[in-house]
Amino acid sequence: MGMKTSNVIRLASMRSGFSRAGILAELGQAEMTEAEDSSARSSELDEMSAHLVAVAQEQDREAFAALFRYFAPRLKSYFRRYGEGDGRTDEVMQETFAAIWTKARQFDPSRASASTWIYTIARNQRIDAFRRERRPQFDPNDPAFVPENVPGGEISLTHRERAEHVSEAMAELSDEQREVLRLAFFEEEPHEAIARRLGLPIGTVKSRIRLAYGHLRTRLSKTAGGLL
Amino acid sequence: MTIKHHIGDDLVLAYASGELDEATSLLVATHMALCPHCRQALELAESIGGTLIEEEAEAEIADGELEAIFGRIEHTKDSATPAPVPERVRRGAYVLPQPLRDYADGDVDGLRWRSLGGGVRHLPIDTGASRAKARLLYIPPASKVPDHGHRGLELTLVLAGSFYDDGAWFRRGDVEEADATVEHQPVAGPEEACICLAVTDAPLRFRSLIPRLAQPFLGI
Repeated sequence: MGMKTSNVIRLASMRSGFSRAGILAELGQAEMTEAEDSSARSSELDEMSAHLVAVAQEQDREAFAALFRYFAPRLKSYFRRYGEGDGRTDEVMQETFAAIWTKARQFDPSRASASTWIYTIARNQRIDAFRRERRPQFDPNDPAFVPENVPGGEISLTHRERAEHVSEAMAELSDEQREVLRLAFFEEEPHEAIARRLGLPIGTVKSRIRLAYGHLRTRLSKTAGGLL
Repeated sequence: MTIKHHIGDDLVLAYASGELDEATSLLVATHMALCPHCRQALELAESIGGTLIEEEAEAEIADGELEAIFGRIEHTKDSATPAPVPERVRRGAYVLPQPLRDYADGDVDGLRWRSLGGGVRHLPIDTGASRAKARLLYIPPASKVPDHGHRGLELTLVLAGSFYDDGAWFRRGDVEEADATVEHQPVAGPEEACICLAVTDAPLRFRSLIPRLAQPFLGI
């Protein structure tokens, strides 16, 4: 991920002694870098999605190895949030990748990105491993399940489009906002614990979380034509 | 069927992140089975999770880890189960959607209701260690829903019939959310008995994790 534009502007203004032309020149550069970054990121993610499809259709081990190289180091950090020190992190990691291999056929690239799909697999594995309570799920094959194509169930954007809006909106958050959003989303820690950990006043944590979600909401309602 | 009363973004986010207790998760999942709208919100919440995974720090992976996984995959190759054959049952044949039907151990006709007096019946649902308590309620037509005496958050999902509360009708798939400060006396609709899933004393902890927003942002 590249530096956030706001940070780049801050740096730019320090370096160029607040000269307007200097800032704009640097900003132009920053925008280009950010655009390059975001297209590099999205092609990397498209690649991950293609790897997952290759695993599903051809049991492609090379593709699986590529998924492992990208996701394993990140998932290890994710699992450590829940099971640091109890020795089962490696076990959950193995279970997760075994599940990615066996369930790959359930991945639908038109519905979700590879990282979102893999996130849901990893989440379910870590709940099984580290939590006493279950997390019941609906069953799309159940006769009582109400599918999308019934009156009242219309959707106007593709799943993939909506997911991309979220991803773009997340990229626009400041690093500070993303940090608290990550802690609030992933960890079972109340605001007080997050504040202690980051050495911040509780009010700052709360307002950052509120701003982060507020930004996502504004951005999603704008890009999705009021539907979201 | 058009659902008018959806679940809040905070519940969707807590369910997506996997930190919601079992009883509340049961209600959320059962509502989602009936509500394409909220499943859409769930997908958005999960894509927040996906994006956060991409941005996680990269921890060191030991040599041989990938080989160990391939070994495990080899080992389990033969046990790969075929895709389940969808049940050939008429749509709408069940009142209780999954996952609730499994938790209740069957659909409404076979339930072992316990009387609460006045024709009102209930059936506690076992949700393990969950501090929140889930139960099914059966309210005869036009009867009052008994006061559940809840302390924390209370969620009520309608599965059959309807009830009227605080100026609004709640029908199949609708969820009413009330905290301990709300004094309410829902009344079942006159047309048929109302069956609903009530989750009481849901911990308010997730409320502090994911703030209630003035306006929803996941589309509901």
